[in-house]
Amino acid sequence: MTDTPLLKVSGLSKFYGSRIGCKDVCFDLWPGEVLAIVGESGSGKTTLLNCLSTRLMPTTGSVEYRMRDGNFRDLYHMSEAERRFLMRTDWGFVHQNPADGLRMTVSAGANVGERLMAVGDRHYGKIRETASDWLTRVEIGTDRIDDQPRAFSGGMRQRLQIARNLVTGPRLVFMDEPTGGLDVSVQARLLDLVRGLVNDLGLSAIVVTHDLAVARLLSHRMMVMKDGHVIEHGLTDRVLDDPREPYTQLLVSSILQV
Amino acid sequence: MATPLVVSEVFKSFTMHLRDGIKLPVVKDVNFSVASGECVVLGGPSGIGKSSILKMLYGNYAVDAGQILVDHKDRIVDIARADPRTVLDVRRHTLGYVSQFLRTVPRVSALDVVAEPLVARGIAAPEARDRAAELLAKLNLPRELWTLPPATFSGGEQQRVNIARGFITSHRILLLDEPTASLDAVNRRVVVDMIADKKREGVALLGIFHDEEVREAVADRVLDVSQFSPRKAVAA
Repeated sequence: MTDTPLLKVSGLSKFYGSRIGCKDVCFDLWPGEVLAIVGESGSGKTTLLNCLSTRLMPTTGSVEYRMRDGNFRDLYHMSEAERRFLMRTDWGFVHQNPADGLRMTVSAGANVGERLMAVGDRHYGKIRETASDWLTRVEIGTDRIDDQPRAFSGGMRQRLQIARNLVTGPRLVFMDEPTGGLDVSVQARLLDLVRGLVNDLGLSAIVVTHDLAVARLLSHRMMVMKDGHVIEHGLTDRVLDDPREPYTQLLVSSILQV
Repeated sequence: MATPLVVSEVFKSFTMHLRDGIKLPVVKDVNFSVASGECVVLGGPSGIGKSSILKMLYGNYAVDAGQILVDHKDRIVDIARADPRTVLDVRRHTLGYVSQFLRTVPRVSALDVVAEPLVARGIAAPEARDRAAELLAKLNLPRELWTLPPATFSGGEQQRVNIARGFITSHRILLLDEPTASLDAVNRRVVVDMIADKKREGVALLGIFHDEEVREAVADRVLDVSQFSPRKAVAA
């Protein structure tokens, strides 16, 4: 067990006027740890995710990230250029809708290769080789490397988005409902893939989902949100098997058994 | 003899907020310990709190009060108070658990399900798979099933996958929740032998066994859980 967190979040709040987006969120994320943020629509999950990933400016609070040199930097005291560089290299962001994270009119290979060029790779042959290797890892046939994601199914697009994000060897990946909108068999495949990649690469991840089964399968730790507040927080098994808060009990008891 | 697991003054109840906040007491003042090389069996009728005790020890249930002390990497960890990250590290290295039912993951083969705890401890995948294959063979799981995901297996087959997964590591403490419930006599015998091996290796075992024959064969002592039942106190 390493003794330093990767991300330190304290007192993070976001207000939309007088309305609460998320309020007073504090936690540490450790290397190799997957944290699930669950809650119903409008509970503040995505607001929190966006505040953590510098996509949305929080009203108060701090988010500190341990850079590769070992020093903590407050994300909101960095320059815009530094934040963007972090986003392109050391972080990944997997959107619910792959069209938000992909460039739909350039080839699959270029979608993956673009991130490599952002970190300074220039050798075309090497970039293409790495891209094709990643397509294989996310189970997309290499014969599709020159096709545009427009021609891909929803599940393939989502896998391509994951390849695009992971190709630069990020240490932290944010995922917003990564399996939302996929049918269940495609969802199972994607979950298995994400689970395997997270284990193999030792990634840390923060996953927003309203699907408790997804949270159980992927996450070590879970935060339950309601009305912008984190109302329960703990080991995923514990939160799901022994929920303490009324709202968490309602969520867990609402799962359909098959 | 070393005592890697000590449970002291543990209380547990459930508050059902969706049922007008009624409080269901589960166990009170639980005190016991398990020594290395010993197999303690939790006894008592169904619903008395045996599985709940195992779930508290493994961190799946929270504890109202008391301590669950585990000797983890030469220090004492209180599972009742440990943060999630510590609980996960204890599970990875010290505390194993064979649940009654296998939680299957789509698309992961039986062999990999069994090998996973070793891989999580940093052992190379081919070596972990070899060990997994050895255990599955020992438990008489038909070889043609090894590469299939266990979701479609029979109850007894799933249970054997689960047992292999629990026994593959050299955890110092092993929790067993009815590991033989859906096994035939031959495989029950295999599991009894595997438990005996664990005892020889100095593992502390705590289990629930409803099968009398198995219980007789493995138990060094039986701990009557009804002494911790709050219901008895109410009746008295």
